[in-house]
Amino acid sequence: MHRGKGMKFVGDSRVKANDRMVNMPKDYSEYPGKTEAFWPDFLLKEWMVGAVFLIGYLLLTVAHPSPLEGPADPTNASYIPLPDWYFLFLYQLLKYTYASGPYNVIGAIIIPGLTIGALALMPFLDKGPERRPSKRPLPTAFMLLALASMVYLTWESVVNHDWEAAAKQGEIKEPVADIEFDENAEGYLIFTGEQGKSCIACHGTDMAGGSAAPPLLGNELTAEEVAEVIKNGRGAMPGGQFAGTDEELQVLAEFIASLKAEE
Amino acid sequence: MLNKIYDWVDERLDITPIWRDIADHEVPEHVNPAHHFSAFVYCFGGLTFFITVIQILSGMFLTMYYVPDVVNAWKSVYYLQNEVAFGEIVRGMHHWGASLVIVMMFLHTLRVFFTGSYKKPRELNWIVGVGIFCVMLGLGFTGYLLPWDMKALFATKVGIEIAASVPFIGDLIKVLLAGDSAILGAQTLTRFFAIHVFFLPAALFALLAAHFIMIRRQGISGPL
Repeated sequence: MHRGKGMKFVGDSRVKANDRMVNMPKDYSEYPGKTEAFWPDFLLKEWMVGAVFLIGYLLLTVAHPSPLEGPADPTNASYIPLPDWYFLFLYQLLKYTYASGPYNVIGAIIIPGLTIGALALMPFLDKGPERRPSKRPLPTAFMLLALASMVYLTWESVVNHDWEAAAKQGEIKEPVADIEFDENAEGYLIFTGEQGKSCIACHGTDMAGGSAAPPLLGNELTAEEVAEVIKNGRGAMPGGQFAGTDEELQVLAEFIASLKAEE
Repeated sequence: MLNKIYDWVDERLDITPIWRDIADHEVPEHVNPAHHFSAFVYCFGGLTFFITVIQILSGMFLTMYYVPDVVNAWKSVYYLQNEVAFGEIVRGMHHWGASLVIVMMFLHTLRVFFTGSYKKPRELNWIVGVGIFCVMLGLGFTGYLLPWDMKALFATKVGIEIAASVPFIGDLIKVLLAGDSAILGAQTLTRFFAIHVFFLPAALFALLAAHFIMIRRQGISGPL
């Protein structure tokens, strides 16, 4: 069957295009060499490149699960923000004196705007017939300069970022266990009383903790261990903050140790 | 059977010239990695498109579970990541693909730049390409907020403040993106979702179509 013979209309009003098949493929004979048809010869090679690329891509996906931090909490004022890695150079640029504060417009608008503008208008800035990079030194130099600045700024941003703190501040926190307790318990009265002033400063009167201390509700310590922590401190918590007697401390420790999540 | 279907359609729509143009056009030797190792630099554009297709497919599957509101967004991503079968893989491909597409597109831009391929008659295609670059960066920026986790929220805050510092129209851009002049919250999330899933992909498809039609028209640039 002869293909590409064209459509037959009832009452065809189109004018014939002189027997010429439209959209004939271009002839690359001016570049002598081993040209080949796009389909399927060349596309097969592209697919092989694509397949190798896909393997690397999948290995990356399997080896490094995509990160997810804790749910967004707009009330957290201490979070140090960081954009995705390909915006890091812009982020770093805005840290320099003449690109931030009163000069913010320079760093945020003028420099990026000029760069993107120059990139978009490249064909009109570099109009000469030369194509080799060595034959058009100015465009090549500017591009290399831009590349070097981007690499440098990204590098500076990475080495100046506290990655450990960043990993910590984004951690997914276990929700505070919803534990009922007797608000008239002797231990609780000590906790919220004069003796426990420095306890509630960090752990809160609801014992749910805060940005400076973990929650006491749902802890996994025994009464002895709690008393030990109160006396000697642990982690960021200093020891010797409890202002009551040893008997009160014992009551308090037992009360805190009783705040267990139900199994 | 397939031949008959093809012929039936061809008799009515005359698709053979279009198909023959795509299938038969000769690909020159200097871009063929089977002949020259250096020709791998000509694969960057194709690989960018390949990842873009993966991004579209994985994104379509992600929206089957993702819920764009402040109460459920994070929970739905958490569920997707930890409970849904292969959810971790689909989200992982979308996450890493977002980075890889920027890398490959950047390399493609450098290839076109250093081979001087943007020169006459390909100026328009270069400008469309820069447009695609900007759309991709926009997709990266809007997509970063969607999991609604800590880093997403605070990075977006910074980004919106930068947008707000544009002289004269900064506040308008901010309200357009965030949905409010002061709060970055529920409105922002739905707007970023709409921009990420509808507006920017629509722009991307139009630009990609223009990019490819122009390549077929003009052919690939000759060897240096």
